[in-house]
Amino acid sequence: MTRKLSYAEAIREATEQEMARDPSIIVLGMGVDDFRGIYGTTKGLVEKFGSDRVFDTPLSEDAMTGVAIGAALAGLRPIHVHIRMDFLLLAMNQIINIAAKARYMYGGAVSVPIVVRSVIGRSWGQGAQHSQGLHSLFMHVPGLRVVAPSTPYDAKGCMASALRHPDPVMFVEHRMVHFQKGVVPEEPFTVPFGRARTLAPGKDVTLVGVSHMAVECLRARSLLEQAGIQAEVIDPVSLSPLDADGIAASVKKTGRLVVVDTSWTFCGTSAEIVTAVLERTQGKRDVSFARLGYAPGTCPTTKPLENLYYPNPQTIAMAAHTLVKGEGTRWEPRTSEAPEVVEFKGPF
Amino acid sequence: MSEVLFRELYRIRHVEQEVARVYPTDKIKSPVHLSIGQEAVSVGVCQTLRADDIVFGTYRSHALFLAKGGNLRAMIAELYGKATGCTRGKGGSMHLIDVAAGVMGTSAVVGTTIPLAVGYAYALKMRGSGALVAAFFGDGAVDEGAFHESMNFAALKKLPVLFVCENNLYAIHSPQAARQAKSNLCERAASYGMHAEHVEYGDVFTIRDRTAAAVSAIRAGSGPRFIECMTYRWKEHVGPGDDFAAGYRTRAEAEPWYARDSLNLIGARLDPAVRARIEHEVQAEVRDAFEFAESSPFPGHEELLTDVYGVA
Ligand SMILES: Cc1ncc(C[n+]2csc(CCOP(=O)(O)OP(=O)(O)O)c2C)c(N)n1
Ligand SMILES: [Mg+2]
Repeated sequence: MTRKLSYAEAIREATEQEMARDPSIIVLGMGVDDFRGIYGTTKGLVEKFGSDRVFDTPLSEDAMTGVAIGAALAGLRPIHVHIRMDFLLLAMNQIINIAAKARYMYGGAVSVPIVVRSVIGRSWGQGAQHSQGLHSLFMHVPGLRVVAPSTPYDAKGCMASALRHPDPVMFVEHRMVHFQKGVVPEEPFTVPFGRARTLAPGKDVTLVGVSHMAVECLRARSLLEQAGIQAEVIDPVSLSPLDADGIAASVKKTGRLVVVDTSWTFCGTSAEIVTAVLERTQGKRDVSFARLGYAPGTCPTTKPLENLYYPNPQTIAMAAHTLVKGEGTRWEPRTSEAPEVVEFKGPF
Repeated sequence: MSEVLFRELYRIRHVEQEVARVYPTDKIKSPVHLSIGQEAVSVGVCQTLRADDIVFGTYRSHALFLAKGGNLRAMIAELYGKATGCTRGKGGSMHLIDVAAGVMGTSAVVGTTIPLAVGYAYALKMRGSGALVAAFFGDGAVDEGAFHESMNFAALKKLPVLFVCENNLYAIHSPQAARQAKSNLCERAASYGMHAEHVEYGDVFTIRDRTAAAVSAIRAGSGPRFIECMTYRWKEHVGPGDDFAAGYRTRAEAEPWYARDSLNLIGARLDPAVRARIEHEVQAEVRDAFEFAESSPFPGHEELLTDVYGVA
């Protein structure tokens, strides 16, 4: 089994296979049926499944989220697609006040099995309103599942799981991982939520990268090898539920943790992961840790500042190096910018 | 008068053609939503506005920015991501502003500036300023709840707002008929209790004259008015190319719009010597702006986190 797919193709394939399996699945969102097909992730679906099951929507995120929830209450499984995560801010009321809480508020009488797909943007001047990683807002709320896989394999498996899951699932993609290629089995399979994936083994330090930052952590790992440091790289895959035990098991081994998020650190996913690990290691293992994420400000469009805004393999490797070798051992590995970032001319 | 309109239209067209020409060099590392073909709406409306009137727009606001008197050098520098740009390189093409010229905001999130225009108008009215606010948005923004809620509130409070819908028939690749059961924006506006105008062919004189009437009514205290200007985007939704090969629209649909292009029609009627002089002057101004952008510095690293918070 060595067939390779891109991450975007993996999402498309999972969606197509699940739609063939389950006629209750529908796909809605702006542009899902156009010639671009959401970066290829919905391409060909309208031709195969028809316009009742795959349709464009008005620019009405708030109401269309409610429509998706209503349809789910009636037994459909809508996938609602947003080309930027920033647009979810128009859908917050329906997602948080209704979707997340319906089962509980109905005393268990209903399910809202919607899948909300959204894409975090980066590069080519996406700027303030097209680059936000808002996953921690959703992780905060009970009743929602949040997944953000980084590999094509997990993208396909998580999408299949999402489409069989009883709860609302926030499926977080990063525009820069859409281009990642990897081995993906052709036959349908699921990846269970709540289990982190070790992308590469190591004994000196644990690097946890969320979504695109998992890719950057793997690059940081190669840099660290040059300094004789073996980093274990973990993709949490699922953010809620979070596999804190799995991540903590790695940290118990290494004693060092660097969490890298594709969002801000304050009150963010990295804060949660560090806390969850320390809760499991305190009194058993001394752990030193560091967090990296967006600079604590608004995303600029101009390239020189945008470069500073994001963690990169160099800053990740340096943070890990400091944990391993101690303060005052300044080491600055040479690295080039991520190819997917350099090559991206989107425009979106 | 034709000369003024020609200059305004030509200036915007030429700027955007230069943006399209430079784009393949990757010096403008930003999505660009060009207004080529739609200039008459911004120009026609802004001709009737005073310097102290305010406009709010969208990510497709190069034309609006220039028509309202935004600084050309600062705009091009912004596209280049330079420190001399109108937002110091932090906002890019989708977020042009020029507070001094009354270009108060453009946003990449569809529909979000419409209520801002209404709120601004509330403040103007409260202070008795006599100025008004023009809110520019597309036929797609009309799908958003915020549009309807804003129309309602503006009508309720009789606010000095001119709602300008640039109906170019599409939201990205999605035709209006795929998103709205009826093409009746004026009826909908009227149902909120405001006078509504429909301008069919994108003619700059008609847009200007109809807006002038609306603007005097608003200044006289009529409350908000709505104008829907039919227009056509010649280029792809975002980027400098044509997109007829994509299949969602045809060149045949575009051709009548090429034929009724206000810039060409006025240009053809101008004295050739006058026209050549204007074109020459504009080209020199635009060349200067691009040179200014090219030679300006990028913002320094210390600027990454400036202006996140104010000084408390
Ligand atoms: C709230 C929101 N939803 C979706 C988008 C993606 N999007 C960007 S432009 C656009 C189409 C807008 O169409 P219209 O209002 O007609 O303006 P035009 O581009 O035609 O000028 C869409 C859907 C967005 N930017 N914001
Ligand atoms: Mg439009």
